[in-house]
Amino acid sequence: MYSLIVFLPVLGSVIAGLFGRIIGNRVCELVTTGCLFAAAALSGVAFYDVAIQGHSYIISVLPWIHSGAFAVDWTVRIDTITAVMLVVVTGVSSLVHLYSIGYMNEDPHRPRFFSYLSLFTFAMLMLVTANNFLQLFFGWEGVGLASYLLIGFWYTRSSANAAAMKAFIVNRVGDFGFALGIFGIWAVFGTLDFDAVFAAAPHFVGNSFEFAGHHVDILTTLCLLLFVGAMGKSAQLGLHTWLPDAMEGPTPVSALIHAATMVTAGVFLVCRCSPIFQLSPVALEFVTFIGATTAFFAASVGLFQNDIKRVIAYSTCSQLGYMFVAAGVSAYNAAMFHLFTHAFFKALLFLSAGAVIHSMHHEQDMRKMGGLASAIPFTWAMMLIGNLALTGVGIPYLGVGLAGFYSKDAIINSTFAAHSGIGSYAFALLIVSAGMTSFYSWRQFLMTFHGRYRGADMVPHEVHHGELHDEPLRGEEDTGHSQVHQHHLPKLEEVHESPLVMLVPLGLLALGALFAGAAFFHFFVGEGAHEFWRASVFVGHGEEGELPVWVELAPLTVTIIGFLIACYYYILHPSLPKKLADRQGMLYLFLFNKWYFDELYDFLFVRPALKLGRFLWKRGDGTVIDGLGPDGIASRVLDTARGAVRLQTGYIYHYALAMLLGVVALVTWFKISGGAL
Amino acid sequence: MNLPILSLVTFVPLFGALAILAMPKAQSARWIALGTTIVVFALSLVMWAGFDNANPGFQMVEKANWLGGGISYHMGVDGISMLFVVLTAGLMPFCIAASWESVETRVAEYMISFLVLETMMIGVFCALDLVLFYVLFEAGLIPMFLIIGIWGGKRRVYASFKFFLYTFIGSVLMLLAIMSMYWYAGTTDIAVLLNGVHFPRAMQTWLWLAFFASFAVKMPMWPVHTWLPDAHVEAPTAGSVILAGILLKMGGYGFLRFSLPMFPSATEMFAPLVFTMSIVAIIYTSLVALAQEDMKKLIAYSSVAHMGFVTLGIFTLTHQGVEGGIFQMLSHGVVSGALFLCVGVVYDRMHTREIAAYGGLVSRMPLYGACFMVFTLANVGMPGTSGFIGEFLTMLGAYLHNTWLAIFSATGVILSAAYALFLYRRIIFGSLVKPSLQTIQDLNAREIALLAPLVVITIALGFYPKPVTDVTTPAVAKLIADNKTGLAMDHAKVVAELHKGAGR
Repeated sequence: MYSLIVFLPVLGSVIAGLFGRIIGNRVCELVTTGCLFAAAALSGVAFYDVAIQGHSYIISVLPWIHSGAFAVDWTVRIDTITAVMLVVVTGVSSLVHLYSIGYMNEDPHRPRFFSYLSLFTFAMLMLVTANNFLQLFFGWEGVGLASYLLIGFWYTRSSANAAAMKAFIVNRVGDFGFALGIFGIWAVFGTLDFDAVFAAAPHFVGNSFEFAGHHVDILTTLCLLLFVGAMGKSAQLGLHTWLPDAMEGPTPVSALIHAATMVTAGVFLVCRCSPIFQLSPVALEFVTFIGATTAFFAASVGLFQNDIKRVIAYSTCSQLGYMFVAAGVSAYNAAMFHLFTHAFFKALLFLSAGAVIHSMHHEQDMRKMGGLASAIPFTWAMMLIGNLALTGVGIPYLGVGLAGFYSKDAIINSTFAAHSGIGSYAFALLIVSAGMTSFYSWRQFLMTFHGRYRGADMVPHEVHHGELHDEPLRGEEDTGHSQVHQHHLPKLEEVHESPLVMLVPLGLLALGALFAGAAFFHFFVGEGAHEFWRASVFVGHGEEGELPVWVELAPLTVTIIGFLIACYYYILHPSLPKKLADRQGMLYLFLFNKWYFDELYDFLFVRPALKLGRFLWKRGDGTVIDGLGPDGIASRVLDTARGAVRLQTGYIYHYALAMLLGVVALVTWFKISGGAL
Repeated sequence: MNLPILSLVTFVPLFGALAILAMPKAQSARWIALGTTIVVFALSLVMWAGFDNANPGFQMVEKANWLGGGISYHMGVDGISMLFVVLTAGLMPFCIAASWESVETRVAEYMISFLVLETMMIGVFCALDLVLFYVLFEAGLIPMFLIIGIWGGKRRVYASFKFFLYTFIGSVLMLLAIMSMYWYAGTTDIAVLLNGVHFPRAMQTWLWLAFFASFAVKMPMWPVHTWLPDAHVEAPTAGSVILAGILLKMGGYGFLRFSLPMFPSATEMFAPLVFTMSIVAIIYTSLVALAQEDMKKLIAYSSVAHMGFVTLGIFTLTHQGVEGGIFQMLSHGVVSGALFLCVGVVYDRMHTREIAAYGGLVSRMPLYGACFMVFTLANVGMPGTSGFIGEFLTMLGAYLHNTWLAIFSATGVILSAAYALFLYRRIIFGSLVKPSLQTIQDLNAREIALLAPLVVITIALGFYPKPVTDVTTPAVAKLIADNKTGLAMDHAKVVAELHKGAGR
């Protein structure tokens, strides 16, 4: 029965994809959304059955690749960590499907959209239910494909196509490591099944093998290779450049794929492999380092973005860093907890942003918003809840707070409790990042909903360098690029709340953002953790002792400071930010241009690859190989060629005759020589 | 079963060709050719059905006296060759159907060329006699040469001579090798050579090189690959399908049939050379593909890169590497064939292969865009398509042999995504602004019938490759065992000689 959770979405996807034009838009929406809600209901059952009741399942589906000793099968594995992911994926996905019915209402390609969304969900479910590394890799690539297709959904826009390609290729760089990791695992363990690998791993502690000409520690190398894959998928520093650009996709896609589910696959991978990572302190330190640095980096870039979606995108990047830090200090359950709560409030934030964009007639630049609170109060309330949850507002010691309060503080506390050099590094960066998170969140909130409405200032719309282009007016996308930017912003009185079909998912996600932390704290990281996770994730013994008071209070303090600074700049002195921006200080430019990663990569990889390709083609193939080879002999061939041209004016009988003569001559010669050649 | 099934599969196309000679009108030639190729395909499926997966040796053997002196008409298939026969027979009806409207001149001659070519190609995979193999291997060049030279594009003469020149030089060397094998062993029977004959090490070295000269060109391996892009560009669509789908596979098949089991010591000695050439092919041609402006050239270069994976896998002599190499060849036969068909679809409409002439096709050709997407994904080795299985297994084999090989070839996987998606973006995505494209039509019924089965096969094999691996596994195991045995004998000889030397 649980196999249905995986296969219902693909059924919906195929129906919408193949028969969309026959059965019509509305039926496609209902079929795919219906399949997803059914899967979500089943996931709820599975969660209760597996995580609470303590069962677990491994269901064989079909043999896959068998080659000699190599054998991998299609399997559905459900243990606690899978059950958690099932709830997250099907829960958010079904709500996003529902929301999209409203959001994509005017789009002519709805069957395609819903087919892609369901395809994504299928791939993500294959990923989380995998019982071996290769099926996980299948899901991994599958979600990458769906992400590529959905980022480029509005295919007439050049920027969307570029972003889609970038996402795919950058992820491939990560997959490069992941694939090598899989090869290595098979070479070492002779199997790719999780249980067998995890059981055998302790025997390899301290052993080394030959990799790339060096003798290196087996488990550390394998973990690092897997982590390279995780860095690509989860947009960690170095391989993060695709995520902000991915905001070119429709907003529901950003919510589902680039916030709640797909980008957390890297965290899932590390937690799933916690039995191996736990054996390699070096790999864990590296994970912590990358996670903490990313959390800081992304938060810093988020400070000055003007696109409402980009702010949330960098926020996602930063929060993923938090999750990796948790994994890095062996608090895998805290990582999963944050993944779980983050899915709710980040999806809520994105979908609320989508509602704002919808109400603003597809404007995403916050500089043209402001004062929307009175026009769209429900969306305002939803965004408020999302922000409170993201910034982790709550009352220490009483243990009362929103979702982010529980999970984020659990992570920050565990870094402090690690009592290691890298733990302190992470602790410091995470605290600073928490302050920045608070600033950019409230900055975004205040710029959008409070102050003066600025939508009337700049009409027609001008395109800003380095900014996202707006989502096109749906239904007009085929008419070309030029018209996209000439829409007029609504007057404040014309800004209306989105339809109910979009608001209901917001409300449900808001419930999650409010209560998911308090409700599940006990199971994920509290006293019930061992019983809850059982063997699916490594859970430490975690008697951290009492934390100092200042550690308990630090996150809340920096959050309040961030909020106050945001208020100062955007409520009390709204003219200040523009002045600062106009002065173009070094730090401002550095942050605004995202630490110049894109420029660097373009300079180092993209352009040289194209140039080298041209050079090898013209010089390598052309001048050297052909010059020494065929063209060198060409002068002699040329005469023959002229003859051939003459020949071709004749009829095929000539050729047939020539071939026949040739064969006869050959046979005769063999006969005469008696087969002695 | 006494039905000479292999001879039927091989020679039925010739009868079709004769029938066309009798009725050379264009329309009847088309139908006869299509009917014949479908019958042959059905026969090949009968052959598959009768194939015993558990038996690693040659099956459905036919033997008749032919030229005397140990040279016989000897046919048979094993787990390595059988599926190539099916692939050849399976691709042929697609080629005929793809030429239905695009070839308008000398239709009868065109169809005859294809049918003769089919006989030659199937014969190559069935032949169990060196002379028979050689004759068919070389004779196959002639119809291909004609197809490019007569029905090709503007520079067809240059291309067909380049093609001929490269392959011919390789062939001459192979012929010399075959002669000397005959002198040494007294037979040209492949089954006997495989099981009973052992060539001395020194002789292996140059026999290996002679065969390599021929197979490396066919494959084609870097740096003897430059004939392929030109040949593809000038060849008509169906010619490209056969070229990429089948002819290239003869090189890989040759390695598997001759080089590995018959010359084990030389294979061991030259493996580093092959690895180097394969890695260079994968990275070099992927980069070159990135810079292409012609659709067919881009796909041609990507073929060279993919064949790099094949040689890489085969010469690791690991089970996964060899089986992955075979699977990659079969999958590439389908996928690259399909990609060339896709190019043909737009070429028939616009008469240009220049990438810059397209853009935004998906607005008017959504079905085409979807099919092209599936094959593009298979080309970049997306899991869930047939392209993944072969690529994964060859790279796994490479890793087991030497981690560097896997690292370098994995780089090629990144590059393949870059060039393939870049092509797709330039042709299919974007706004449809070019005036010439405003009225372009989506796939017609014939084209849907052409591409849909290939889409199904590509995806089905990606999820369930077992029908293929069930056939190949025992034969691959035997091949590797043969190689190891031969190697052990060679080593024993060397040791014995050393002892002799020491005793003196």
